[in-house]
Amino acid sequence: MIGIVNYGAGNIFSLTSALERLNIPFGMVNTEADLDKYTHIIIPGVGHAGAAMGKLEQTGLVAPIKALKKPVLGICVGMQLLTEHSEEGNADMMNIVPVKTRLFDKNQGIKIPHMGWNNIDHKNNSLFEGVENLTQFYFVHSYFIEYNPTFDIATANYGKPFSAAVQKDNFYGVQFHPEKSGIAGERLLKNFSNLKQ
Amino acid sequence: MLSKRIIPCLDVKDGRTVKGVNFVDLKDAGDPVELAWQYAQQGADELVFLDITATHERRGTTIEMVKSVARQLNIPFTIGGGITTIADAEALLNSGADKISINSAAVRNPKLIEDLAKAFGVQFVVVAVDTKLVDGKNMVHLNGGRLITELETEDWILKAESLGAGEILLTSMDHDGTKNGFDCSLLDKVARSINIPVIASGGAGKVEHFTEVFLETGVDAALAASVFHFGEIPIPYLKSELKKHNIPVRL
Repeated sequence: MIGIVNYGAGNIFSLTSALERLNIPFGMVNTEADLDKYTHIIIPGVGHAGAAMGKLEQTGLVAPIKALKKPVLGICVGMQLLTEHSEEGNADMMNIVPVKTRLFDKNQGIKIPHMGWNNIDHKNNSLFEGVENLTQFYFVHSYFIEYNPTFDIATANYGKPFSAAVQKDNFYGVQFHPEKSGIAGERLLKNFSNLKQ
Repeated sequence: MLSKRIIPCLDVKDGRTVKGVNFVDLKDAGDPVELAWQYAQQGADELVFLDITATHERRGTTIEMVKSVARQLNIPFTIGGGITTIADAEALLNSGADKISINSAAVRNPKLIEDLAKAFGVQFVVVAVDTKLVDGKNMVHLNGGRLITELETEDWILKAESLGAGEILLTSMDHDGTKNGFDCSLLDKVARSINIPVIASGGAGKVEHFTEVFLETGVDAALAASVFHFGEIPIPYLKSELKKHNIPVRL
C-alpha cells in the first residue's frame, strides 16, 4: 500500500484519483509512525521548492524519510526535495540524491515554464517497464534537475538535457506528472507500486 | 522535443457541457466527464473548460464537475470563468484543476495575477486575453468582445507576464467563429515578445490553419472548439498531418 506524504505542498487530488483508477490502495502519511504503515511512499509537490522544503521540515519527517529503505517516489517538486539544493528560494533540500535543482535559462531561447509533453530517453529502469522509449510525459516546471549520469534514469531535453527521472538506491524521482501523463504515466505509477522492497 | 499542444475547449454551464457536440458514440453529449474522457482517448494534449455559469451561488456545481473530471481524466486541464479571488482558485486547484484561466478579473484587478502566482506558482495561472482590432490597433476586450478596454493587447500581455502569468491564451475575436484561420501575425508578435507559452485561439476551420499557426508563429499550443466538437477535424488525423510538416506532436 502506498503512503502519500501529506505536508501541505499542493494539490494531491489528481494523484489520488489516478491511484484510485488504477486500484492501487493508498493512505496518508502525517507522522513518522505513519511511514511504517505503508510499503511504498510517494512525496508529491507543486509550487515553490524552497517553501515546500520548509513545510516538509515542519512535519518532522525529513530524517525519517531519509532513513527509509522502502521504495520512495518524489513527483515534480517532490523529486526536487530529494536533491541537494534548489535555486528556487536558494534552499537546501533533503540531500538524498547529490544533484542540484536549477532554474532554466531563458537565454537559451526557451520559454519558462517548461510546459507540455516532452519525450524522455529512459534507461530501462524497472520504473519504466512496459513504457516505450521516447514516450512523452507531461511536464510543468521552471526548475530542473541537472543531468548526472550516476543517478539519471531518464533524460529529457529542454534547451539542454536534464534529468526527467533519477534514482539512488530505493529513492526515485520523476520531474513530470505521471498522474497527468496519460496511459504511460499510469503505467509508471503501477510499476512503482510493484517495486520490490 | 517539446510537442505543440492541441487543446479542445468546452463550454460548461451548471456543470453541463453546452454548445452542440456531435460525437457519434457519446451517450450523453452534455456530460463533461464523458466528453473529456473521449478527447483524452483521441489524443488531445490538454483540455480547457470555460465555465459560463460564473455566478457565485452556482460555483458549487462547477467544483463538483471539476472533481468528476479530475477523477477520470489522465491529461491536464484548465478551468476558466468567474474566478475573481484566491479562494475561488484554491477551491478549483484542490478539486484537481491543473490551471485556472482568468480574463476580465485580471483586467479589472491586475494584482490578482500576482497574488495567484505567489500563492500557487506561475504554472497555475493562465491569463486569457480577448483581442479585437479597432482603428488598426489590437485592443483588449471583455465580455466576449462586447466591451472594449483602454488596454492595447500587446502591452497588456507584457504586463500580465511581468505580474506572474504562466501562460497566455490569446483569442482573436475578429477571427473567432469565422473558420478562416488564426491571427498569425498578431500571435507571432506576441509569442516573440514574451517568454511564457502562448495558446492560439480563434479562427480554426481546417487542418491547414493549425499547420500554418505552428509553422508561421512561435505559439506553443492551439485551441479550438467547434471543429473538434462536430468531428470536422478528428484529432488523430490533425496530429498526423502536423507531423508530416515536422511539427512536433504527441501521437
